[in-house]
Amino acid sequence: MSGHESTYEPKTGFEKWLDTRLPLPRLVHDSFVDFPTPKNLNYWYTFGGILSIFLVIQIVTGIVLAMHYTADVDHAFASVERIMRDVPYGWLLRYVHANGASFFFLAVYVHMFRGLYYGSYKAPREVLWILGCIIFLLMVATAFLGYMLPWGQMSLHGANVIVNLFGAIPLVGEGIKTWLLGGPSIGNATLQRFFSLHYLLPFVIAGVVILHVWALHVPGNNNPTGVEVKDTRKDTVPFHPYYTVKDGFAIVVFLLIFAAFVFYMPNVLGHADNYVEADPLVTPAHIVPEWYLLPFYAILRAITFDIGPIDAKLLGVIAMFAAIAVLFVVPWLDTSRVKSMRYRPVARQFFFGFVAACLLLGWVGASNPDDPIIPLGSDKLVVEYSDENGLAAARTFEVYDEAAAFRDGLGEEAGASMAVQKAPAFTFLHLGQILTLYYFAYFLVILPLLGLRERPDEEPDSIHKSVLAREPSAGTPIAQPAE
Amino acid sequence: MTRSKLILAALAGLVIAGSASAAGGAKHPHGPEGGFPFEGPFGRFEDESVQRGYQVYREVCASCHSMKLMHYRNLGEPGGPFYDPEYPNANDNPLVKAFAAQDEILSSQPNDVGDYEYRPARPSDPFKSPYPNDAAARAANGGALPPDLSVITKARHGGADYIYDLMLGYPDPGEISDDGEIEFREDYHGTLTQAPGQYYNPYMEGDTIPAWEGDPRHAPPGGFLAMAPQLMDGRVTYMDGTEATKEQMAYDVAQFLAWAGEPKQTNRKSAGLAVMAYLLIFAGLLWFSYKRIWRNVSH
Ligand code: HEC
Ligand code: HEM
Repeated sequence: MSGHESTYEPKTGFEKWLDTRLPLPRLVHDSFVDFPTPKNLNYWYTFGGILSIFLVIQIVTGIVLAMHYTADVDHAFASVERIMRDVPYGWLLRYVHANGASFFFLAVYVHMFRGLYYGSYKAPREVLWILGCIIFLLMVATAFLGYMLPWGQMSLHGANVIVNLFGAIPLVGEGIKTWLLGGPSIGNATLQRFFSLHYLLPFVIAGVVILHVWALHVPGNNNPTGVEVKDTRKDTVPFHPYYTVKDGFAIVVFLLIFAAFVFYMPNVLGHADNYVEADPLVTPAHIVPEWYLLPFYAILRAITFDIGPIDAKLLGVIAMFAAIAVLFVVPWLDTSRVKSMRYRPVARQFFFGFVAACLLLGWVGASNPDDPIIPLGSDKLVVEYSDENGLAAARTFEVYDEAAAFRDGLGEEAGASMAVQKAPAFTFLHLGQILTLYYFAYFLVILPLLGLRERPDEEPDSIHKSVLAREPSAGTPIAQPAE
Repeated sequence: MTRSKLILAALAGLVIAGSASAAGGAKHPHGPEGGFPFEGPFGRFEDESVQRGYQVYREVCASCHSMKLMHYRNLGEPGGPFYDPEYPNANDNPLVKAFAAQDEILSSQPNDVGDYEYRPARPSDPFKSPYPNDAAARAANGGALPPDLSVITKARHGGADYIYDLMLGYPDPGEISDDGEIEFREDYHGTLTQAPGQYYNPYMEGDTIPAWEGDPRHAPPGGFLAMAPQLMDGRVTYMDGTEATKEQMAYDVAQFLAWAGEPKQTNRKSAGLAVMAYLLIFAGLLWFSYKRIWRNVSH
């Protein structure tokens, strides 16, 4: 914390020499060794450390993969397979990098939900939060670019869907699209620029992470009570060894789950179609993004209606980007004085509803919007034909035999045909629309109004007191894994 | 928190309702009874079966399907079906050399006078492709392109199970009339008509409704593909004397394709065991250090 005096004492002559020139060891010591950290951080707080590890994992495996990868539409697919077959431990590199992206997103989502729950975005941590949102946006961009590189069917057609969205922007849309693709459609120029940018962005992320950690270390960590540190001696412990060991334990457990995927089910998070080489002439039956982008995809597809002069496609694009943009302003949408939802019983219910909405949006994103979830009635049969006056007519049946008899009873000239009339149903589209509404209502209506109207529970006076209250037999530490 | 429990129950109900009504499409592949030996964290390929599968591929499938990512040497590399510890370099393995030499390929390097000529393949060459290009492959197969089989088990949901069921899923020839009509009397009621050169298979992705004379709300699962049934009893004569029933051949070729799709699968699983054990011990040590370091701090 900024108010905190440096306790670094250079010991060797070299350290003293360096300390008066570039006090790097002092910075590291004050940031990661003696940094006063609230003593009540639970396991939800270990995901920041987990994220740092995954950023390193992605960069290291990515650099080695790039040594063997060929960014050329004729060779990209085979070069990825060659990495898995002929490069020593290439299969490991590739599976770690591909599954690493998934686990990176899993961790960042937990990390962000954690922030939303404990009110970590509130003063004085707004800048910290915004930097986190920028990191998330960059992660989405990086993952999207990277998914293009294996040049499978999903790579190509997924990218096509997303880039075409830019075409929906009035006037400049088509221009932007051509500029992004480097031509009228996805081709070699696109693959090469996507590769170049996919290599660049993680280093931009690394830069923003440094700012993020800097912005964390000025106000210091928030904590599950949301009550700021009052007495450093009573409320905090030094980061090392207390949190190095706790974070370390959480990191290794997370890596254990990660390793189970890498070594035993490396392809379950991916899509089989991406092992079919890209072919612009064959469009896969279902185009879906990677799982971690499904909720945003569901929001995009939830908008099927025009509003005034703005057509549905453009509205969908706006909604999708707004779903991320709204995160940037959360610090000013939440009007509650109380940070932690531990003391906001009503807000807490809405928060759990929000988490459920995000998960369900993922499910909707993976499904066909027109598929029924709850059918209302049963499908019927329609026989369409032209009547004796040559006008189009139709008759509806429940039973197939009756429909067939009727159709066959009509003459040749009636040109009868039979089709299924889908029963009305509550479809994935409907569910997606409700959830999208809740997603935005949570930020734009519930958080602003609730803060003004709710009656929060009483907050503890200090971190120290809350610990004592939760743990009457102080001295026998019990880890608090979760709320 | 009864309210969250209620929400949870509602969600669960919704998910179940949704997954129930999402049924339809192609039949879900189950694979052979008892599964494949390479399934699960400790599963390993059965070398004899992969060897036989290679024979089925060579003698049946290779006349239409390429495997461009495979090289003859892969057969003799560690983890491969013909690996022989006496020949750590697969290029020296006599069996692998013999397999390669049986195929004539067009050399990728010009000879002394600048012509490309045919020569017997070497272990370092990729598997011989049946057609010079996709257009030729299409022309020979009624317009349909036989897909490259190198990664086919990763490129289809169900993997080897899917290959197995697809190979055996075709209706019996006896059930198909001369006009390509298939009569359904049990689970579905009606007649399905195969267009010339198209074959019904319940495991193939597709749509049967346009060819279905019967209630379109209860059309049979699956679709049509341009590949005729390939495996009949005795289609190959196994070198190791195993009886070549169609189930046996489907099992062997599916396992061969699973190996070819990921020749390093065995290395992956054994490395996984070591990594998991290491991480588990490391996590245990960290847990006890954590307990010890925090023992005097209430938190
Ligand atoms: C006479 C040529 C021929 C032979 C021999 C042949 N196939 Fe095929 N196969 C095809 C054609 C053509 C297709 C494409 C069918 C289509 O897309 O309609 C195909 C498609 C396939 C598919 C893809 C089905 C899908 O899901 O799209 C698989 C798997 C397959 N064949 C496996 C095999 C195996 C295994 C063998 C050997 C036992 C074999 N084939 C032998 C011609 C052949
Ligand atoms: C590459 C991605 C990221 C990395 C490496 C990273 C790293 C970290 C680390 C090491 C911490 C301190 C430990 C902790 O509290 O967990 C932290 C805290 C924090 N991060 Fe991130 N972060 C990332 C992305 C994000 C994102 C996307 C957001 C939100 C939009 C975010 C919001 C926060 C907030 C609010 C804190 C302060 C938490 C608190 O003290 O309560 N971070 N981050």
